[in-house]
Amino acid sequence: MSTGSRIGRRFEALKREGRGGLVTFVTAGDPDRRTSMEVFRGLPAAGADVIELGIPFSDPMADGPAIQAASQRALKAGHTLAATLAMVAEFRRDDADTPVILMGYYNPIYVYGVERFVSDAATAGVDALIVVDLPPEECDELLGPAAAVGIDLIFLVAPTTKDDRLPVVLAKAGGFVYYVSITGITGTASAVVTDVAAAVERIRRHTQIPVAVGFGIKTPEQAAEMAGAADAAVVGSAVVAKVAENVDETGAALPGLVEAVLSFVGELADGVRGAGAKGAAQ
Amino acid sequence: MEAVNTYRAGPDEHGHFGIYGGRYVAETLMPLILEVERAYRAACADPAFAAEFDYYLKHYVGRPSPLYFAERLTERLGGAKIYFKRDELNHTGAHKINNTLGQILLARRMGKKRIIAETGAGQHGVATATVCALFGIRCEVYMGATDIERQSPNVFRMKLLGAEVRPVRSGSGTLKDAMNDAVRDWVANVEDTYYLIGTVAGPHPYPVMVRDFQSVIGNEVREQIVEAEGRLPDSLIACIGGGSNALGLFHPFLDDRGVRMIGVEAAGHGIETGEHCASLTAGDPGVLHGNRTYLLQDADGQINEGHSLAAGLDYPGVGPEHAWLRDTGRVEYVSVTDSEALEAFELCSRAEGIIPALEPAHALAYVARIAGDLPRDHLMVMNMCGRGDKDVFTVAGHLGVEL
Repeated sequence: MSTGSRIGRRFEALKREGRGGLVTFVTAGDPDRRTSMEVFRGLPAAGADVIELGIPFSDPMADGPAIQAASQRALKAGHTLAATLAMVAEFRRDDADTPVILMGYYNPIYVYGVERFVSDAATAGVDALIVVDLPPEECDELLGPAAAVGIDLIFLVAPTTKDDRLPVVLAKAGGFVYYVSITGITGTASAVVTDVAAAVERIRRHTQIPVAVGFGIKTPEQAAEMAGAADAAVVGSAVVAKVAENVDETGAALPGLVEAVLSFVGELADGVRGAGAKGAAQ
Repeated sequence: MEAVNTYRAGPDEHGHFGIYGGRYVAETLMPLILEVERAYRAACADPAFAAEFDYYLKHYVGRPSPLYFAERLTERLGGAKIYFKRDELNHTGAHKINNTLGQILLARRMGKKRIIAETGAGQHGVATATVCALFGIRCEVYMGATDIERQSPNVFRMKLLGAEVRPVRSGSGTLKDAMNDAVRDWVANVEDTYYLIGTVAGPHPYPVMVRDFQSVIGNEVREQIVEAEGRLPDSLIACIGGGSNALGLFHPFLDDRGVRMIGVEAAGHGIETGEHCASLTAGDPGVLHGNRTYLLQDADGQINEGHSLAAGLDYPGVGPEHAWLRDTGRVEYVSVTDSEALEAFELCSRAEGIIPALEPAHALAYVARIAGDLPRDHLMVMNMCGRGDKDVFTVAGHLGVEL
């Protein structure tokens, strides 16, 4: 069985539970590798159904201040793409089931070497990739090699992606569809749930794969609402902000960082689970 | 080396020059980029657009700019016959306005109500603010906080022209970060906003569009040199930051095999010090700001800061068509240090009574390096793409003079 099917199995399980999933994003190596590894390893027990691990990049154009700062902390601590892959391998020693998705920008992958990267990623236990600045028009050089080792490419769909363009994006999409609920960068404005529900409906007319909603989801209530309107809610900047709250002025981890992040993820998970229970009762 | 019949056919329909160029943007922006491309194609097919562009180039910018025989410099160097293409005589003092004018006319056709731009030294910001004032369109310019400090006269000029200057503190607070923030603004304001990029870089169609607007430089040189000398030049020389003035000069000549072309990058403190902006000389292919091209980066694919005395050359990337022209060998790319550029700056001021901007001073330094060894009938055209008024404080500082 290919590793990519972890995502499929997880969404099937969520369906059986009758609830939407919680996808959490943390930047690899933020604020340092050891602390970041502790957070990463603790996420499933805290209630994350799927984990997105951010690949730090010096110029994250689609991200807001929170995630850019996280990248900078990680890079300052000397983090590299090879270290990110090593973190996934370490995670997989204890957890064979939680889907892990690497999310980032194309340049570090391109410079690492596409063939070598997908091979190392598959060995480490990566299930899918989200490469923010690699639209379907440019993705073929990564899509083929990734597919060959069982790694999915997950694509973003935005409010600006009109119906005539959806098939272009969804034809190559694997894993799930990541619906960017706002026109903007990560961690800024929040979307209106009715708009999101309509957009998810629109996407589902074109694809069978699950739809996760992200960008601007900051609270357990919003996570519950958005997970209810789709198959999962993605929370990134708000989680990363908990890291930022627990570092000193040099960017070094303060005691209690791991607990603070995981306890926030626990609140998000409770929110998503509460909404599911309500949904099932209706 | 790639064997090609023409160097002027690119890019392909997806904006690729060989492996370079393309459209590496987030999905939110993809539909906008495609809209800009459609609008640009429609404009190109409409003679009224060209007529409007030509009208403003002539009456507002002051084109054609002269092709001037630099007689004293030629004597001094004792070799090639040197001509300057005087694009520093344009309104606003540089070649930048050729492009901002073209793009603002496009933005108006598209019905956009707000213009955003990035700027490093402030020259593109001023050129953008100028055309926005001309047409009464709201203008916001992203500029690194570090650059705002070192380029305060241009900041004030933009404000006088009615633009809002937005300081960028994210990342390293320089041009690449200003570009990141401009893209972030565009993603958040997709309906009414047009992003006016200042060089031949970014996602397709920007590299081709900016090249086309700047090609007025090379097209004029073709006519002017034939009128003056009865033949095409033997060599063309221009400085390269993002590469718009160079491509504007080179592109109309790319298929004239007898014309040698040289792009001069900024070697800063010297290539070996790592403190430079010579992405074609010392960088590696990568993907940034919407295109694949040569970049200054580390082994992990993180983008490095460039360094050059000339703020207009201080960018870690370069236009993708230059990357392709480098690989095909059609254009030679060389580099010149800060101190060589400063010497050329002084030489030109005294020998010709023209104070050049520090950017073309790099091209001039290379002219000075090779002209003496060339025969007297060698015709060389250098693009004097900007005037040096903006640089007098920087130069004074380096000469140890207090103003």
